[in-house]
Amino acid sequence: MKKILTSLALVGLVAAGTAAFAAEEAHNAAAPTHFPINEPKEMSWSFTGPFGTYDKAQLQRGLKVYKEVCSACHSMNLVAFRTLSDLGYNEAQIKTLAAGYTIHDGPNDAGDMYDRPGKPSDHFPAPFANEEAAAASNGGAAPPDMSLLAKARGVERGFPQFVFDIFTQYDAGGPDYIHSLLTGYDQTPPAGMVIPEGTHYNPYFMSGVSLKMPKPLSDGQVTYDDGSPQTVDQYARDVSAFLTWAAEPHMEDRKKMGFRVLVFLLLFGALVYLTKRKVWEGVAH
Amino acid sequence: MSEGHSTYTPKTGIERWFDARMPLPRLVYDSFVAYPVPRNLNYAWTFGGILSIMLVAQILTGIVLAMHYTADTNLAFGSVEKIMRDVNSGWLLRYMHANGASFFFVAVYIHIFRGLYYGSYKAPRELLWILGCIIYLLMMATGFMGYVLPWGQMSFWGATVITGFFSAIPLVGDWIQQLLLGGFAVDNPTLNRFFALHYLLPFMIAGVVVLHVWALHVVGQSNPTGIEVKSKTDTVAFTPYATIKDAFGMIVFLFFFAYFVFYLPNYLGHPDNYTVANPLKTPAHIVPEWYFLPFYAILRAITFNIGPINSKLGGVLCMFGAIVMLFLVPWLDTSKVRSAVYRPWYKLFFWLFVADAILLGWLGSQPAEGSYVFMAQMATLFYFAFFLIALPVLGLIETPRRLPNSITEAVLEKNKGGSGHPAGATAAPETKG
Repeated sequence: MKKILTSLALVGLVAAGTAAFAAEEAHNAAAPTHFPINEPKEMSWSFTGPFGTYDKAQLQRGLKVYKEVCSACHSMNLVAFRTLSDLGYNEAQIKTLAAGYTIHDGPNDAGDMYDRPGKPSDHFPAPFANEEAAAASNGGAAPPDMSLLAKARGVERGFPQFVFDIFTQYDAGGPDYIHSLLTGYDQTPPAGMVIPEGTHYNPYFMSGVSLKMPKPLSDGQVTYDDGSPQTVDQYARDVSAFLTWAAEPHMEDRKKMGFRVLVFLLLFGALVYLTKRKVWEGVAH
Repeated sequence: MSEGHSTYTPKTGIERWFDARMPLPRLVYDSFVAYPVPRNLNYAWTFGGILSIMLVAQILTGIVLAMHYTADTNLAFGSVEKIMRDVNSGWLLRYMHANGASFFFVAVYIHIFRGLYYGSYKAPRELLWILGCIIYLLMMATGFMGYVLPWGQMSFWGATVITGFFSAIPLVGDWIQQLLLGGFAVDNPTLNRFFALHYLLPFMIAGVVVLHVWALHVVGQSNPTGIEVKSKTDTVAFTPYATIKDAFGMIVFLFFFAYFVFYLPNYLGHPDNYTVANPLKTPAHIVPEWYFLPFYAILRAITFNIGPINSKLGGVLCMFGAIVMLFLVPWLDTSKVRSAVYRPWYKLFFWLFVADAILLGWLGSQPAEGSYVFMAQMATLFYFAFFLIALPVLGLIETPRRLPNSITEAVLEKNKGGSGHPAGATAAPETKG
């Protein structure tokens, strides 16, 4: 066993050495080759860790930010109003909320399409009729659907961080990225950097120096009625948490069940191990 | 070994009735109860059992997932999300299945490295080893096609890149590629045939597993000393000895598996696969699943033409060659001694090979540019040198350590420090050879 461990340590050292060697590449601030320019900031979230749970008040605030700001351009096709009960809303509240949306439905008995108020079983309606319309209204790039954004984004963690992530259970790559991006506007690009026309510099954007989306949030833009600070940072945190829920609505169940499963396996494993020792007692091996 | 006379005696009337007509209980008894296994097997030998339960788990979760999945390019992504959101425990099934594939490969890699370390492929176990290699190939095909089914960005582009390899083959390449795709590009016909094959191949794996276990039960397990079983004292009965040890190994393995399923279910996947496939938008880096990365690194390491072979074909040949090496191992290794325990030089090269495989895996995840390319070329060179130079040459020039006369002698020698039986029981649970 000791030999295996020393060998593994050796393997690790070799790998670490080559990784360090590869990382030593010159960086030119005005013409970066690696994106994002800045790594996402690691925030503290209520939902990370083995006992993580969503902060319902935060999710409600995040929903408000989505409704009042993001939803003007971003769809959320996979999320149904009925699932908003996870955020702590009761049936009546969800009915009212859904009814606030107009859903294009049909055809009816006469064969016509018609508009009707939303029902809890409906999904969030998209702001644009189709992807082409969305692209045409947004400078050629369709804003991505937000249902899975928190799982569809994540900056590569690199060696050795990705090894540590297993032990720290780092699962907030998506929300950390979204929060950093939303708070990463208003910075001056380094001298000499070329920012393409119609795009906005953001050193946290993972696919280039700038993106089509202008700074979406500003202080005081969304009114909170629970006394939370009405700042860009708070909005960004809340909407990132909300999007994490939208992408992974069963996370609380998953972590809760996971703890029970691991405790069971630990106890069962201990019993089987003792049985194994008893069985092998007296048999040299 | 098990091909001796059966020790099964039917005790009840029903058992006698069955035994006279179709001796299934006898087969089970002889294979999983009375079957003798070397007494010195360590925990590395529990991975065969672990792989069996992983296969069963994959098939069971997969069948239920298939009940909810729709193989259509317009609906596939949404149907997977429907499973994640609305199907009862659908998230659990899908995460078990996706991470189950990864852990299936974790187990199979440990199983293969175990075989390499202890020389388990040597006569008379060549066929057993080759059947294992076939299972591994089928697993790779199944894993690849399964990754395409959610129809995310990596599904689509991974499929595009991997089926593109075949077009490098001279003369028939384009024809093979079109047959795989069902057209000229990855599209609905591709998704449909991949789904059909993804459902079929696991049952073919199960079939080859039966042959693998059959071959195993004819020649018997190897063991950490690599010395064949010589007398009855060298072995213990499969039940209860191996069964209980395997059970403990499985639970430990399931613990790690559960840790990922419940706490890091997306750690081994790629975020891009949560974006629906878009044939017009190529991702910045197309990366296959982690278990293909070493081969992917080898593929991309060939950046130069060799005579009439261009770099693309050269890369494809090296990649397939890397797998062919495994099939040839029984004949490449010239050593008379099986186990690395008694082969100091081979042991060193084995661990260097493990390091090389891990390095190749990491390089496969990095963009093929700058110093990464050179490192990948060196690592590829070592990969092939291990099989084509180290294995044949070491067997001829290496002086092995003194071998014990029998398994029993090796066990008693190791336990000499203590006194008699209790020492054996309190020895470290991991009995390393």
